[in-house]
Amino acid sequence: MAPKVGVVRFPGTNCEFDTVEAINALGGEGEILWHGDDSIGHSDAVIIAGGFAHGDYLRPGAIARFSPIMAAITAAANDGMPVIGICNGFQVLTEAGLLPGALQKNAGLKFINDWQMLEVQTTNSALTNAATVGQQLNIPINHFEGNYTCSPETLAQLQANDQIVLTYTPNPNGSVGDIAGVCNEARNVVGLMPHPERASHELLGSTDGNVLLQSVLDSVGVSA
Amino acid sequence: MQFHAVIDIQLHAGIADPQGSTIERALPTLGFDGISNVRSGKSIHLDIEAVDAAAAEAQLAEVCEKFLTNPVIEGAEISVLETAGA
Repeated sequence: MAPKVGVVRFPGTNCEFDTVEAINALGGEGEILWHGDDSIGHSDAVIIAGGFAHGDYLRPGAIARFSPIMAAITAAANDGMPVIGICNGFQVLTEAGLLPGALQKNAGLKFINDWQMLEVQTTNSALTNAATVGQQLNIPINHFEGNYTCSPETLAQLQANDQIVLTYTPNPNGSVGDIAGVCNEARNVVGLMPHPERASHELLGSTDGNVLLQSVLDSVGVSA
Repeated sequence: MQFHAVIDIQLHAGIADPQGSTIERALPTLGFDGISNVRSGKSIHLDIEAVDAAAAEAQLAEVCEKFLTNPVIEGAEISVLETAGA
């Protein structure tokens, strides 16, 4: 059976169809989940796609975390289901307290839309289990608030627990520790600023995002 | 009783503030010299029912902690200003 991946759509989300397409191309079964529903249906994994949920009002992710579906996602995450936040989805997961830290505005004061080299730091996560440590990935970024920050204590914890999943090479936005993606302690919840779904076909210029999306499919059914 | 409150939200020191930096860099080009440390935040005005000003402030502190600010990057100063009507 193809793993079912629910892709969350808030008002203002704009990467949900690209994400479903990329999942389907890898043999998964992507389906859109509406933020106002209080269930994630029969999803085996959940991806919170990029965009501007609720217009990014107040702060990116600040309103989205109160959407009805977030309670179901939080419960599933606590049960070990793979839950991935891409870009705005990463911001939602930090606001919801499912991931540590926060995303502040880019150093350099600019919105960045560009190709970006990344390095896989750990394969022990729902997003990287099909990759190799040190693997270089060329995947686009597209954000203004992508500058990861956290307290020195949290950073030390992330390092000690091997929770830094992806780093930038070089750092485009000032993120502490060059962090592009982190996971929770249980390793099933992962957030990243780059967009793997935009590097999922040769026509897009890179297929490097597929190893990350494939990891999500491979994580299904493997209890964290 | 009903109170009026103003909540001033500012990024913590050291957190990037592109808006403040851009304003600061624009000032000399307009001939305004000697202005530094420009920080840009947001201000939220509201009315609140509470038994007294202290209770209003306590409730708003919780609202800030859980919703209006992200404590990782922002802090808030709450001013319960006046009764908005008896």
